Amino acid sequence: MENITFSKKELERYSRHLIIPEFNIEGQRKLKAAKVLVVGSGGLGSPLLLYLTAAGVGTIGIVDFDVVDDSNLQRQVLFSVDDVGTPKVEAAKKRLEGLNPHINFVVHNEPLTSHNALDIVKDYDLVADGTDNFPTRYLVNDACVLLGKPNVYASIFRFEGQLSVFNYTNKEGVLGPNYRDLYPTPPPPGLVPSCSEGGVIGVLPGIMGSLQANEVIKVITGVGEPLSGRLFLYDAAAFETRTLKIYRDENNPLNGKNPTITELIDYDHFCGIVPKGEKQRDVKSVSVQELKDLIEKQEDIQVIDVREGYEYEIANINAELIPLGEIEAQLDKIASDKKVVLHCRSGKRSADAIELLEKKYGFKNLYNLDGGILAWADEIDTSLAKY
Amino acid sequence: MAKIIIPTPLRKFTQNQASFEGNGSTVGATIENLTETYPDIKQHLLDENGKLRNFVRVYIGDEDIKALQNEATEVKDDSVISIVPAIAGGSL
Repeated sequence: MENITFSKKELERYSRHLIIPEFNIEGQRKLKAAKVLVVGSGGLGSPLLLYLTAAGVGTIGIVDFDVVDDSNLQRQVLFSVDDVGTPKVEAAKKRLEGLNPHINFVVHNEPLTSHNALDIVKDYDLVADGTDNFPTRYLVNDACVLLGKPNVYASIFRFEGQLSVFNYTNKEGVLGPNYRDLYPTPPPPGLVPSCSEGGVIGVLPGIMGSLQANEVIKVITGVGEPLSGRLFLYDAAAFETRTLKIYRDENNPLNGKNPTITELIDYDHFCGIVPKGEKQRDVKSVSVQELKDLIEKQEDIQVIDVREGYEYEIANINAELIPLGEIEAQLDKIASDKKVVLHCRSGKRSADAIELLEKKYGFKNLYNLDGGILAWADEIDTSLAKY
Repeated sequence: MAKIIIPTPLRKFTQNQASFEGNGSTVGATIENLTETYPDIKQHLLDENGKLRNFVRVYIGDEDIKALQNEATEVKDDSVISIVPAIAGGSL
């Protein structure tokens, strides 16, 4: 560590760290020597990357396969209007290099998968998980456990955030719990609404990602007590915080008493996700073009929108609104003697509705709108807002 | 009456109530009181055998009930029970 040196410019830049007695130049040296991988450069990744860069973490890897979209700017403060359409890793690197030229950035413009995860993660000391879906959560966790890297975790939903430090070995050499100790298996798809369905208040990832950055710095420098073996919960709406205990579970398939997972697995399958391309549902469907033709020919059809009222307010195609949760209570409104097209945002909830109506009530005249209102906005009416 | 804190993803099953004052001398009985009051929440908390699901954790105070007596853990009038489901923060 003694061979890590700083230029005059760096010393001046980091001076507010250097004058904290328990942090000092030793802490700064550890930061400069550290290699941190940030998975996901979105809502959580933005503050994480900004603060880790500003703080002087020597090597920062960024994994993301996405491009910047207008709907990101509500919370992903790394990006600007000019970045829309640009790969996130490129836009992030450009912004972060402007913030601190003393950092070595490594970009991985690809999704993290079971095939590349071990190869990417192995070069880093620590991973910060700012991803947005269950398969990648388990993938990041398992890769970290298999490679013995700490995993600084945060997750958000609407007004609620979770934070913890997983797979951390403390100063006494005792290993703490990981994500599978907390949640052995993921919820089946559809049971927990996503952020794109459920929404998230824009400031929340800013708060949780900043807390994550602080934990990363603590783990690297050894200053303070990392949030290992504890789960921090933040309810931004009520302003309630709770810190709960997490224990290692002897049944953990990665590092419990009888480990059964010794390499990375198929995480989409583990999380119950049917690969794209495979016919997901056994329901009849129409394309947006077919629906447009039916409407233009003034065919006698019924079109039902199964989304929520607040989604209808954002964009609609003048369909009858019957939210999925009210379908059974409003059965009498659904025609059984003519073609009925159901739609939602992307086609999933309307397929759920059709399955229910066919199995439980014997409907035979229902068609799912492929791709939902998003496909309609792409192909038929580009003036509609996509969300 | 112990208080159960309902997490955001499950509030649509509790008429948007963020907490529930439940009767019961144990965690299991208090949760049963909750699922009787709001039947739609049941399948999100319990499996077919009435066991807590793997992606939901239940705490009393800051302690995991698995480290105590699970569903049989005793509750007091001032107990706070937290239901903590897995959230991924994103696109599923």
